[in-house]
Amino acid sequence: MTKLEQWVSTLLVLMLVWLCLVQDLLNLGYSKKFHDVLVPLPVYLLVTAGSYTLGTLGFRLANFNDCEEAAQELFMQIQEAKADLASKGLTL
Amino acid sequence: MASHSASLTSAGSQRRGGEKAPAEPAGADKYSVLLPTYNERENLPLVVWLLVKSFEESGNNYEIIVIDDGSPDGTQEVAQQLEKIYGSDKILLRPRAKKLGLGTAYIHGMQHATGNFIIIMDADLSHHPKFIPEFIRKQREGNFDIVSGTRYKGNGGVYGWDLKRKFIRGANFLTQILLRPGVSDLTGSFRLYRKDVLQKLMEKCISKGYVFQMEMIVRARQLNFTIGEVPISFVDRVYGESKLGGNEIVSFLKGLLTLFATT
Repeated sequence: MTKLEQWVSTLLVLMLVWLCLVQDLLNLGYSKKFHDVLVPLPVYLLVTAGSYTLGTLGFRLANFNDCEEAAQELFMQIQEAKADLASKGLTL
Repeated sequence: MASHSASLTSAGSQRRGGEKAPAEPAGADKYSVLLPTYNERENLPLVVWLLVKSFEESGNNYEIIVIDDGSPDGTQEVAQQLEKIYGSDKILLRPRAKKLGLGTAYIHGMQHATGNFIIIMDADLSHHPKFIPEFIRKQREGNFDIVSGTRYKGNGGVYGWDLKRKFIRGANFLTQILLRPGVSDLTGSFRLYRKDVLQKLMEKCISKGYVFQMEMIVRARQLNFTIGEVPISFVDRVYGESKLGGNEIVSFLKGLLTLFATT
């Protein structure tokens, strides 16, 4: 099963369950409070997912490792390499 | 989710989860570094010098295969000088007539590789050879089929990216959500592969560019290969000009969605 198929089938199942409950097709007869929470649930989950995404991206952006020392080290090694190679006969 | 059915359909696959090539004694391992180059006249001697230094310090057996795609800037002449300096058993020149792409460069390089491990990396100094001994150590530690350098985990990082480029993390987030690869840096191209593993993966991969690197990992997971990670620092564009075009975002998304829909 491809990832796409996994997503589609999972979403379909969740949608069907949600529809069943909202329309009360199984005649479970639950309270109005439960119904009030259930109806906007998909939108609520979507907003939560969106917020989580934005939060994670922001966090990772802020904690991005800029490895300055790696760049410094590389610059120094480049000088060393050039000198050594020149002494071994490399001409650019 | 075990992809048992996927491994059954791969033609002639010898590898299932439990079967692994026995870990060889350290002395028998040889590491072939594949360096596809295009217009890297300035960077090539530096990266080769760093590679030689790293391997000599760690004592591992190695060879460097330079696959130049007919660079007009004199990369091949520089490569020939390096071959004279370090010996033709260490520096193998296997050029091609024109720019033919990364995937075929790997295939071409592998045909000439005498090592049992292949290391792929960029020749523009963004990947530092000092991490190779860590890749090797990690591979031996877990007997991994693949070790991938990651810029996004541990103390991995990137130097030289402006704010815009850092949003790449957003692309990485998307690939994690969609593909759930189990690997933190999917588009990285600094990796160590067992030679037979790389050969098997090359047969199956069809994408190009960044997506090719992603597809390798995705296929590797499908075939139940084990992947270890090592944090690396990526120093962007010290020398030379960027070879990246403007359509990378579009082609990346297209490739990502293709992998999403087909694997």
